[in-house]
Amino acid sequence: MVENLLTEKLTATDPMLPGLFRIHRILKESYDTFTVELVSLEGYQTFPFEAGQFNMLYVYGVGEIPVSISGDPLHPETLVHTTRVVGTVTRAMRELKIGDVIGVRGPFGSAWPVQAAKGNDLVFVAGGIGLAPLRPALYQILAQRDRYGKIVLLYGCRSPEDILFRKELEKWRARFDLEIYVTVDYANTRWHGNVGVVTKLIPKAPFDPLNTIAMVCGPEVMMRFTAIELQKRGVNPDNIYISMERNMKCAVGFCGHCQFGPTFICKNGPVYPYSQMQNWLAMWEI
Amino acid sequence: MKTFDAILKETRFFQDLKPEYIDIIAGCGSNARFDPGDYIFREGEPANTFYLIRHGQVVIELHDPRRGQLPIYTVHEDDILGWSWLFPPYKWHFSARAVSLTRAIALDGACLRGKCDADTDLGYELMKRFAAIVIDRLHATRLQVLDIYG
Ligand SMILES: Cc1cc2nc3c(=O)[nH]c(=O)nc-3n(C[C@H](O)[C@H](O)[C@H](O)COP(=O)(O)OP(=O)(O)OC[C@H]3O[C@@H](n4cnc5c(N)ncnc54)[C@H](O)[C@@H]3O)c2cc1C
Ligand code: FES
Repeated sequence: MVENLLTEKLTATDPMLPGLFRIHRILKESYDTFTVELVSLEGYQTFPFEAGQFNMLYVYGVGEIPVSISGDPLHPETLVHTTRVVGTVTRAMRELKIGDVIGVRGPFGSAWPVQAAKGNDLVFVAGGIGLAPLRPALYQILAQRDRYGKIVLLYGCRSPEDILFRKELEKWRARFDLEIYVTVDYANTRWHGNVGVVTKLIPKAPFDPLNTIAMVCGPEVMMRFTAIELQKRGVNPDNIYISMERNMKCAVGFCGHCQFGPTFICKNGPVYPYSQMQNWLAMWEI
Repeated sequence: MKTFDAILKETRFFQDLKPEYIDIIAGCGSNARFDPGDYIFREGEPANTFYLIRHGQVVIELHDPRRGQLPIYTVHEDDILGWSWLFPPYKWHFSARAVSLTRAIALDGACLRGKCDADTDLGYELMKRFAAIVIDRLHATRLQVLDIYG
């Protein structure tokens, strides 16, 4: 009960006010990507969230950015984020050490359709850092594996050095109830896995297109072409979900910074059925 | 044991091809097997064969004098490997190496070229199917060079 009150407070108070979190653990995922585990400094024992949601992370004195939660929704004791270094804030975040404090606002946004997908085959298609926002859905679904049909994860990366969550992928690959296919764009001859773009894995992936929910996360071009391939296989665009990224400021629907066509991604997204987005995605200058 | 024509009929590539054409193509087929590391063909060699991969994984490579062999694309079971036999100068532009134990039906392209010239309907059917593969690979290559995960 106390726990609930404490967790509710974080979002019920001013949503523009960051809560203080201490870095408890840092994991290097690749040369440019790292995971931080955070614990609250304000007495929150847990940080409940839904798979697909994001937080605004504030590096003091540098800036604030949206980052999806990459941890396990069933273990909300620690808040987990996986970040790829691309610019000012992410670079500053990488310099932080265990014990340093960052500001957190959230969780914000819509979630992957984990409950609605029950009874269906599931196809996860991830590109690069896009595996991080999908990981919470995978945790949740694997925890109730018998409620779903076939589960397939198709993961594309630039090179073998860019593959994230390697240990976890190996562990999952050892299961008999989950199929994982990894592909890279560039490799040398030491790589014995697949070479080619992730969309090329779709035609032969083992799922029933008529009873499949697809969850796709990666850069926009990758998601667009993935959705096209999924539709070629017969997956209904209403059953394809994508996670949209746009620059954000307020994250609560005030500023309009994240507007995309008729929708505010921070409030109505980031997870959308592809059918809602497909016409806008093809449009220039949006 | 299944005959070549029965096998070809079940593949995506030869799906719905007239039975008489399947018979002609099957007549140009032979079994092939490659161990991991074996080169199926090498860049610059004459291209007189193409392969229907029945089992295994093959990587298409390009040689760079500075960086060595560069894997470009992987083909799998039920994929067609090789189209250089169909277009002059009938030389392989890339190399193909078996990554795992690979079984394939090798189809004699030099023999088929003659048959396609003699029967342009067969030639057109094959050309349409190879054009679809070429377009598909071109799209994939565009995405690959775009660095879409960036
Ligand atoms: C809902 C949502 C969820 C997100 N989840 C994650 C996540 O889980 N992990 C993660 O690493 N990132 C995630 N991002 C992206 C992250 O917010 C940006 O990478 C971050 O804002 C960049 O800030 P910066 O100050 O480091 O870079 P900036 O200095 O703002 O930008 C530096 C350079 O990087 C480019 N850039 C900025 N954003 C991106 C981007 N998203 N992708 C590629 N290039 C970009 C810019 O165009 C610029 O060239 C998410 C974004 C959104 C909207
Ligand atoms: S970020 Fe302000 S409205 Fe979405």
